[in-house]
Amino acid sequence: MKHDRREFIKKAGWTFIGSGLYINLFSVGTSLARSSCSDMQNLYAFIVNTETCIGCGKCVAACRAENHVPDDCYRTWVERYTILADGSVEVDSPHGGEQGFEPLGLKQETIKKSFFVPKLCNQCKNPSCVQVCPVGATYVSPEGFVLVDEKRCVGCSYCMQACPYSARFMNPVTHAADKCTWCYHRIKQGKTTACVEACPVEARIFGRVDDPDGPVARLLASKRLQVLKPETGNEPMVVYVGLDKEVR
Amino acid sequence: MHEIVTSGFLFPNDLHAHWSVMIVLYPYITGLVAGAFIVSSLYHVFGVKELKPVARFSLVAAFAFLLFACTPLLFHLGHPERAFNIMFTPKFTSAMSGFGYIYNVYLLIVLLEIWFVFRPDIIRRARETSGLLKALYWCLALGALNDNEAAFELDHKIINVLAAIGIPSACILHGYVGFLFGSLKSNPWWSSPLMPVIFLLSAIVSGISILIVCYWLICKYGKLALDTDCITTMFKYLWAFFILDVSMEGLELLTHIYAAHEEWHIVSLMLSERLGFSYYILQMLICSCIPLVVLGFVVLKKMQDTTRIRLGLICSILILVQVLAMRWNVIVGGQLFSKSLRGLTSYTPTILGREGLLIALVLFLMPFVVMYVFNLILPLFAKEPETENQ
Repeated sequence: MKHDRREFIKKAGWTFIGSGLYINLFSVGTSLARSSCSDMQNLYAFIVNTETCIGCGKCVAACRAENHVPDDCYRTWVERYTILADGSVEVDSPHGGEQGFEPLGLKQETIKKSFFVPKLCNQCKNPSCVQVCPVGATYVSPEGFVLVDEKRCVGCSYCMQACPYSARFMNPVTHAADKCTWCYHRIKQGKTTACVEACPVEARIFGRVDDPDGPVARLLASKRLQVLKPETGNEPMVVYVGLDKEVR
Repeated sequence: MHEIVTSGFLFPNDLHAHWSVMIVLYPYITGLVAGAFIVSSLYHVFGVKELKPVARFSLVAAFAFLLFACTPLLFHLGHPERAFNIMFTPKFTSAMSGFGYIYNVYLLIVLLEIWFVFRPDIIRRARETSGLLKALYWCLALGALNDNEAAFELDHKIINVLAAIGIPSACILHGYVGFLFGSLKSNPWWSSPLMPVIFLLSAIVSGISILIVCYWLICKYGKLALDTDCITTMFKYLWAFFILDVSMEGLELLTHIYAAHEEWHIVSLMLSERLGFSYYILQMLICSCIPLVVLGFVVLKKMQDTTRIRLGLICSILILVQVLAMRWNVIVGGQLFSKSLRGLTSYTPTILGREGLLIALVLFLMPFVVMYVFNLILPLFAKEPETENQ
């Protein structure tokens, strides 16, 4: 009797360990497949020229239409910075700049400078969102795009807390994390992103980094560029021309 | 739906606090687990005999809180039906997925320890009762009714080993909750190596406090004699851990103020404009300073037992509020300023709804229901000390 029980416990233990291993090996496979993607090269980059952006908001509207972005949620937005003569800074982005910007109503002489800064997901090389996602719903594509699998997302919001740029939101329709994908679906079809296509002043430039004749490679080689929040170590792939020190 | 009050410039996606009162409740309940288990281990591993009257109760309290520690998360998740994917298909770089494993290992340890501690009781009841009750106790005993000396001796050894493994597990469990927040470099109010330490220490003090309050209530209304030595010993440990806890919280704030990083401007504005009452007045002034001083008197000064118990009890309640306020101030506070570092938002929990205060209250009370039911099946305060496995 004693031996039977010992045998039973032994077998139960092995079954428990075995099933645990099976589940974990299965998940390790998935994890490895996805983490190996992060070793892929970042083939694309996005350049934002703050010196040419006019704050028309067409990019925000185009993004909303292309990606069915719900109201009050933003995959991309435009910020207006107004540096006043006394050194103070006014920043606004009404409706994400989607409907353009009304004049601030300040006297011209009180304004030192003013400019627009478009924002979007930075598709980081070291993305915090991918690191923290507990189920691998946020992952890196072979081309270096950071994507969200809405059918896998548990909706814990950890990625939103981890993103230093607040580029993510909880989609009220899917109840999953959502963000700019650099229009991955369009890129796969050989098109460019919706926002780049809509921009009338070429303030948004997108393309491959390994194409020496492409606009991105040329700008990367010729301009002095900056990224947002470099101190995070995320290595963003959105680079800015003419970024002011006041921009975060 | 409360109106959101904003000031300054917020990134458009920063308007709402994503982590609600449910995420405040989650580390609060988890903290009570760790604290309750530490008290149990003080008796079982470190031989603090004075804590014998609450040793069994503290273990069951840890179990009851543990059962409900993760339920607030289910009410928060966008897809609760996928919650178990965190365990089945985890992403190993995620701090959150690691928690699932730590939680389950710890649950197993606590469950096993409870079983071994209560085994003599279960066996006795399986023998003394009849019918359905007998079947219930037989099931609880897993059919193992061997109650000879050698078996109990082995049980003792196993209990000691489990309690010993349980201590680092409890520390890891709650330190890990702090790590979930402390490791987020995107948030200057959370990102701190001190965060796991603070979460751990506050967990221990909240766990000891809830045991003190429960023990007092059970003795008062359950007509049990309150063991003065036991409750005084708990006051001592509470004071010791609370000194460490408040010191760490103070050092954390001091480091922020002194280092005065770029982000401190908005964090300090958030603290004064949004958390003026809950942080400075409630957490720091009323619920930290008062218990710190009064518990000192309770532990060090000679006074009547009734006075000592009353004062200690008030301090325990204040500490429970302090830890709840701390959870609120850390978790909600960290979401009240935008990552633009230029604007503030607000968060007011709803009363009703999936993530409302009513559900939070029900979830918080559920562990006490579990303890009550457990006590009906197996009394938590054994009246036959000679037969129990301690």
